[in-house]
Amino acid sequence: MTTISRRTRYVEGAHTCTVTEALRDGNTATKLSAVIMGYGNIVNGQIAKGLIFLATEIAYIFFMIRYGFTNLVNLVTLGSATQQEVWNEELQVYLYTQGDQSILMLLYGVATVLLTLVMFWIWRGTMKSAYTVELCKKHGKHVKSFADDIYDLFDENLYRTLMTPSMFFICALTILPLIFMILMAFTNYSKIDNHLVLFDWVGLQNFATLFDSGSVLGSTFWSVLGWTLVWAFFATFTNYFAGMVLAILINRKDTKAKGFWRFCFVISCAMPMFVSLLIMRTMLQPEGAVNVLLRTMGFLEAGESLPFFTDPTWARVTVIVINIWVGVPYTLLQLTGVLQNIPADLYEAADIDGATPVQQFFKITLPYMFYVTTPYLIATFTGNVNNFNVIYLLSGGDPVTDLGSTAGKTDLLVTWLYKLTIDKQYYNIGAVVGILTFIILAIGSLLVYRNSKSYKEEGGF
Amino acid sequence: MSKQNSAKAVRLRNNIIVHTILAILAAIWVFPVLWVIMTSFRAEKGSYVSTFFPKAFTLDNYIKLFTDTTILNFPKMFMNTLIIAIFSCILSAFFVLSASYCLSRMRFRMRKPFMNMAMILGLFPGFMSMIAVYFILKAVGLTEGARIRLALIMCYSGGAALSFQIAKGFFDTTPFAIDEAAMIDGCTRWQTFTKITLPLSKPIVIYTVLTAFIGPWVDFIFAKVICRANADQYTVAIGLWRMLEKEYIDNWYTSFAAGAVLISIPIAALFLKLQKYYVNGMTGAVKE
Repeated sequence: MTTISRRTRYVEGAHTCTVTEALRDGNTATKLSAVIMGYGNIVNGQIAKGLIFLATEIAYIFFMIRYGFTNLVNLVTLGSATQQEVWNEELQVYLYTQGDQSILMLLYGVATVLLTLVMFWIWRGTMKSAYTVELCKKHGKHVKSFADDIYDLFDENLYRTLMTPSMFFICALTILPLIFMILMAFTNYSKIDNHLVLFDWVGLQNFATLFDSGSVLGSTFWSVLGWTLVWAFFATFTNYFAGMVLAILINRKDTKAKGFWRFCFVISCAMPMFVSLLIMRTMLQPEGAVNVLLRTMGFLEAGESLPFFTDPTWARVTVIVINIWVGVPYTLLQLTGVLQNIPADLYEAADIDGATPVQQFFKITLPYMFYVTTPYLIATFTGNVNNFNVIYLLSGGDPVTDLGSTAGKTDLLVTWLYKLTIDKQYYNIGAVVGILTFIILAIGSLLVYRNSKSYKEEGGF
Repeated sequence: MSKQNSAKAVRLRNNIIVHTILAILAAIWVFPVLWVIMTSFRAEKGSYVSTFFPKAFTLDNYIKLFTDTTILNFPKMFMNTLIIAIFSCILSAFFVLSASYCLSRMRFRMRKPFMNMAMILGLFPGFMSMIAVYFILKAVGLTEGARIRLALIMCYSGGAALSFQIAKGFFDTTPFAIDEAAMIDGCTRWQTFTKITLPLSKPIVIYTVLTAFIGPWVDFIFAKVICRANADQYTVAIGLWRMLEKEYIDNWYTSFAAGAVLISIPIAALFLKLQKYYVNGMTGAVKE
């Protein structure tokens, strides 16, 4: 009995009416809900729910009058009052007036806009709710009590309960900061010309600077971009193939002590990445363990050292090689399972047909792996384009060969972005670099992803 | 020589080659780890030594970490990191698992938009917004004193729901029929989630908890940007990083290694114990 009633309720919940319907076909109470949120619910007996809607509206209006409209105006002007000294007669001292801080104005402005959007979304919800309850009443159906609504939040509306806290944090700590940074790209918030306190909208000027290959920043951008792509390509595929070959070697039928070998590689995962990277860095310094060892063994003259991080080409190869060391154990773990899922009869058939292990690898293993792991490869590639840790902790972007430029020879777009914002305080240029990184990644991965079989099949449901 | 014998010889040769390669590679991978462990017991100070094996062994480096708290207060940092890691682990595991469950089992209007949004957000450089996050936390007063911990917990767990892909993939492979049976028997969605799906998905729960703990435990860059000059709120990662700065490295290098060993132990223990869950979590284990 209970099952059936729950089933029917589920079906009712599936029918959702739209806001347009509510505004067009609703009765007066429903239409009035557009202005006084929750009115329709209160009239039709859902008092608690209606009052919550109403309270939300009042809180929002209060906020907008008290702070919101000022914030919106400030978002456009970004402030103009500079900090000033004012002579205070009573105390006989100079006092500083609070000047405008453009950065806070921008932040509060964006937050207000975001809040308004959320409010609009809630408003749509209340309209639908009002119209639904009106329809229920009209058709003589059971009007849900507040207890029913709470119950639904743990049943068919469970996603609301579970996703709302996440969404709140995502909005506050991911989306809001992101919009904020994107907007920064259109301002002159930078140490250049001293715009750190007060700044203004400048439109697309920063993008023009970065694309102008004649300027220092422009030429740096293109070289950093080139290296970033080269790095991401090598970092992704060296790890992928090394991990795959290793996994195959360990999982071979004839290999003894599989657990032991796996343990040897996995044990390096236990050391946090930043620790192993810092240690690698100290070991590879001109006076570090590796060079000292080579000298005592007689491979190098006294005072001579291999230029791991001082020669551009050496540095680039070094970071890629060390990245293999860092990344392969993870790849090994992740690919082992996938490899074991390849149907064994494929290999048996190949064996009978006389295919060599090399042929089997290229004709069976590789196609299967590419098919299954395309999303994984894309994720790794994007992860490597944004691979801050390895470069920052290992080489710090060094060597810097061109003193006028802000980036070193191993700097990726992300580490360059870090240098631009944290060290140089060119916030606007940093934001432009971030946006461009995003655009490149988005176009690239969308193209690959859309064409991959894994997407087409997942898209089916 | 008969055909069988030559096949045997080839196989033996292949085995020898493979095992030699594996041994060499394993040595390369194990060497730095051994080196850190040995450095942590080394009696000589300083980062540059001419021998691979220490001349004398000592426990002083570990003792120094916990007693010499005037410059770098390691015990405090350790506690800070532990608290932050535990709380963000609980929160993010909850966020990830619940989001994955909803996206896998329920159909709602925001489902596809949410998944697309997660993919798009994942393409932005992670810390591009970090400075903005700092400004936001500052505006709500979370960047002073002990509230920094709260701020860090929020940063680590806040966006967790966006990395639902692996857990969702796992839930997708567990049979829906079990859920339906539970609901016919009168379970609400919430009960199905907590009493049926979660217990059946032990590998992915463990995998999620594991990654959610290790993330904050070893994070360096976020902690550095948020903590700034508040030395008493430093996490272990920043502490270790500082030990390698020019003014400290000569005195602290061996203690750095000791600290590195100490923070690696919990991860190593978790990892080895749960390795099979890690692999299973990645590939999906419960099959119909």
